[in-house]
Parts: sequence; C-alpha cells; structure tokens
Amino acid sequence: MRGSARALAQLGIVLLAGLALLSLLLVATGHAVGPALAALVRGAFGSSYAITSATIVRMIPLGFAGLAVSLAFRAGILNIGAEGQLLMGAAAAAALAVPLAAAPAAVGIPLLLTGGAVAGATWAAVAALLRLRFGVLEVISTIMLNFVAQYLTGWLVRGPLQEPTRVNPQSASLPSALQLPVLLEGTRLHVGVLLLVVVAFATWWWLTHTASGFRVRAVGMNEAAARSAGDVAVGRTIAGAFVLSGLLAGLGGAVEYTGITYALYENFSPGYGYTAIAVALLARLHPLGVLGTALLFGALEAGANAMQRDAGVPSVVVSVVEAVLILLIVGADRWSDRLSARAEAAT
Amino acid sequence: MMQESSVLAIGGGFLEATVRTATPLAFAALGECISERAGVINIGLEGSIIAGALGATVAAGVLGVGGGFAVGALAGLVVAALFAFFTVGLRADQIITGTAITMFALGLTGTLYRSIFGAAGVALDTPTAGVVRIPGLAELPLVGGALFAQPLATYGVTLLAFVLAWYMARTHQGLALRAIGEYPDAAIAAGITPRRYQALAVLFAGGMAGLAGATLVLAQAGTFVEGMSAGRGFIAIAIVVLGRWRPLGVAAAALLFGAANSLQVLFQSMGWQGVPYQLFLALPYLLTLLVLAGASGRAAAPAALGKR
Repeated sequence: MRGSARALAQLGIVLLAGLALLSLLLVATGHAVGPALAALVRGAFGSSYAITSATIVRMIPLGFAGLAVSLAFRAGILNIGAEGQLLMGAAAAAALAVPLAAAPAAVGIPLLLTGGAVAGATWAAVAALLRLRFGVLEVISTIMLNFVAQYLTGWLVRGPLQEPTRVNPQSASLPSALQLPVLLEGTRLHVGVLLLVVVAFATWWWLTHTASGFRVRAVGMNEAAARSAGDVAVGRTIAGAFVLSGLLAGLGGAVEYTGITYALYENFSPGYGYTAIAVALLARLHPLGVLGTALLFGALEAGANAMQRDAGVPSVVVSVVEAVLILLIVGADRWSDRLSARAEAAT
Repeated sequence: MMQESSVLAIGGGFLEATVRTATPLAFAALGECISERAGVINIGLEGSIIAGALGATVAAGVLGVGGGFAVGALAGLVVAALFAFFTVGLRADQIITGTAITMFALGLTGTLYRSIFGAAGVALDTPTAGVVRIPGLAELPLVGGALFAQPLATYGVTLLAFVLAWYMARTHQGLALRAIGEYPDAAIAAGITPRRYQALAVLFAGGMAGLAGATLVLAQAGTFVEGMSAGRGFIAIAIVVLGRWRPLGVAAAALLFGAANSLQVLFQSMGWQGVPYQLFLALPYLLTLLVLAGASGRAAAPAALGKR
C-alpha cells in the first residue's frame, strides 16, 4: 500500500509539473493563460456533453492502445507501433463492412471487431517475427510499420475502399445496423467504453492470475534470468505478448471505426498510438491504471481541441506536455533508484 | 524508341535527385554512427532533425542561408542535450527517452511554427541554398548534375564522411570512442571517462541531425512543414546498420535510401501511371525493414550499444 501511495503522490507531482509547463508554453507563445486553461477545462469537463461526447469518447481508443502498450512493455517489448496496429484494425473493419453491409448487428458487429483485432495482431506479428528471427529492434520496425500503415490506408481510401461516389478520400459510411449502439441518448458515448473496461479487467487478470501472464512478466523483468530458469520459452512468450498487444490496438481501431467515425480516412487517428505510450507509462503499465490515465489524456485531448477553437492555441501543444510527462516519470524513477541505492550504501 | 538524349536526361535527373535526397539522411546517419560507436542509440534523432528544420527556417529569414544552417545545427544540438541529460546523466532508458524526445520536438516545433507563422501561414520568404556548379565537370552527361552541381551541403557531407573515417580509425579519441562502445569496463580501466565521450558523441549527433533538418528546408523543400522529418531519424538508424557503423559505409548506404526516395521521380518521368503513388512513398520505410532484417547474423553492432 505504501508503494501505491507513493506512486499516487508522484503522479500528482508529475501532473502539476505538466500543468506548469503548459502554462509556461502558453506564455511563451503569447497566449493568455487564464482563458486558455479555462477553455481546456470547459472542453473536457464543462458539460455532461463534453464529458460523455468529447472526453470519454477519446478515452476509448486511448485506453485500448494504452493497454496494448502496457502489455508489450510489461513483456519488455518496446512496441511503438500501436498507431499502425490501430489503423490496420480500423482498415480491416472497414474492408469487412463491404461484404457484411446487409448482415444483422448480432453477426456483423462481432465480425467487424474480430477482424480488426486480427489485423492489428497480424501487423504486430510482422515486427515480432523481425525481432525474433532477424534481431531487428522493434522500436524501429514498429515505427516503420506505422508509416507503411499510414500509406496503405491512404491508398485504400482512394482505391479499393473508396466511397461509391469516388469524390472524397474515405470509405463508404458504415450502415447504421453495424454501428455500435449509443449508450446515452443524445450523446456520442457508445458501448465501446464498456468493452474497454471488460478488456482492461481481463488483461489485468490474465497478467496477474495465469501462468502465461506470469511468464510475460518474468521475461519483461529479466529476460536472461527467465531464459536460464529453463521453464520459460522466452521467444514464444515474447511473440505471444507482441501479437496480443497488436490485437488490443487493432480492436481499439475497429471500436473507433464502428463507434465514432463510421468511415475510414487518412487521418483516422490523431496519434492515439503515440499518446498511448504516455497513457501506459503514467499508469505504471498497470491495465486498470490505464483506465484512469486514458480518461486523463482523453480529457487533455478534448480540452486541447476546445483550447484551439476558443483560445487559438495550437492543439499540438498537448503532445509537448505528454512527452514531458514521460520524461518526468522516467527521470523520477531513475532519481528514486539512485536515492535508494545511496540510502542502502549508507546503512 | 526512346531517344538516347532523353534516357540520359531521365537517368541524370534520377541520380541528381538521389544524391540530393541522400544528403540530409547522410548528415543524420553519420552523426548517429558516432553516437552508436560510443554505445548510445539515439532514437531522439528524429526530434533533432525537426528542431533543426524549424531553427533553420526561422533563422534563414533573418540571417540568410549560412545562419540558417548554423542555427539548425544548434537547435538539433539543444534537443540532443536534453536526451544526453536523461540517458548519459541519469542513465534512463535510451529507447523510451528517445521516443519521448521525438514526441516533444514534433509537438514543440508544431506549436512554435503555428505561433510564429500563424495557423495556415507559411514561411514564404525562406531563402534557399543555391546549387554550386563545378565548372566543366557539371556539364558531364548523366553524372554531372548528380556529383558536380549540388548545394554546398552535399559537398560538405561528403567531406564529413572522409574526415570521420579518418578520425575513427587514426586518432586516439576515435579509438577511445570505439572502446567505450565495445567494452566500457576496459575503457574505464584505461583511464577513459565514458560519460564525457558519450555526452559529446550524442551532442555531435544532435548537431548533425540539426544540419539534416536545415538541409531539408534550405536545400530541398524551401519551407517548413509540420512533421517534415517524416521518420528520417529512424531511417538514419537503419542506414547506420547497413553501413556497418563505418562512416564511408554509412555515406554509401545513405545513397541507397536516396535512390529509394527518388524512384518516384524516375517513374513519373517515365510516364508509369499504373502503380499507386503511395507505394513509392512507403518504399523507404519498407526498405528500412528489409535492410535491418538482412543485416542480421552478420551485424557488427558495438557490443555495449543501448546498455546503460
């Protein structure tokens, strides 16, 4: 319990520092801090519509991608490819929507989501194969695959998946029967949020209560020790965790497509897969913590949009804040490691 | 039947574009090569490139092209200093730090650019580096344009590759740098301080990546675009692998990636319409994956690379 209290205190300090930095950036770029921050809060929490249809709606893809990153990092896999895996999940769902256009919801929706998850898993499997068979750093391969996914999507929405009138670079609109049901009348909040909560609990349970989940954590903590312990097939564990991570991100893409956008287009993801790294690290890679940090970053992104609209502040400013939060966490960890090492040496 | 002269013109154009687009990649990869030889893999290279690009755009409008290159290098160096503080100073994870630094620089340059030039505004009056023609040689068929009519930056990066090759192989410092990347304990026993070398190597790589960004703006695009580094920092890391951590090999490998970038130009001028253009745009990234996969088994990476 002491550890989690300390983690919470650290989270609070890191968030305050992030807020201070944001204010500093606003001053430096010549914006009035008060009105800008007011717009940020209003856009995130100002009304029940803002909470349900801006903040929570953004929490959903961030949550799925955040779970994907958490799971991979837990296994010691630096999967920076959630962005591409999410995109491929959405693309697969959009492709499946063509033959399933007339299918009833009970058949169609599960198939679209499954297709998206499989596509995300497949995209991650490429990077897993490259790492295990050819020793390619997954950081680089996943980033390269993000670019490839981006251009592949660009081609799909101008080629095979383009809407029938062939005017706009996007896929045909998803038939309403195949759209995820809306939870609250008059909002954009869809059942994807429930799915996210279920998946987060399932991921947490799997990591902490199953033998395969234990193997993933063992490999992540110390690959060499897990290898010499003999019982752990390190390669297979890494491959499995990598593919599962892609599956979560791909599912997130399919949920976003069937729940919010109803179409595939080039800028489908405003960098959810990259923000997910901050989501996961701030949650200390804990699947249930991801629910909290995804909500936080959903609010931040929703607020940033309002800030751009109402106060003229470029919304990309949040990615600076996100990056600094990551650096602060990484730095604080090293700092406390050092302090405890010093305390140990003193006794 | 295609005329011989038009074949020469198309081929010459392709080679010229190859060398031109290889130039920023070579700058970034040569810097990264030095940093990796010292044992530090700088995934934040991308951040230094985009910072260099914006720094060059802003400075060139005031100080001219030369000032643009200088400020671009400085901006890349500042971003790298942040990376060095966390990785060399605090011994934080190099990969996560580098990823965060890249996000930081992409976000900050986007914010600053829109604040300076307005939401839809562009830096219209950015001066650009002119082509320096070597008299006589520039008129050679096929290779004249590629080798002897390039911006000063291209000649500069060629010279840099040779200087670095000499530095790594023939100087005491170069030897020390390599020792740190291969076997830090032995280096320490020999009285070398790894951290100082590593910090300087990272700063050098940042400065070179900044020059890469400056080249991108001042000798290629002519203006700044948000996110215009477009993964070149990561491609540069693949180029270092393909060049086997040797400066001259790295320079040659950069040319291959320049060629991949320029294939689009070639096929457009050949009137090839059937292939989707996105395939050409994706080509450098696919090539990176192939190169990294192909380099396995016989890779000669510094033994202590990425260890903290």
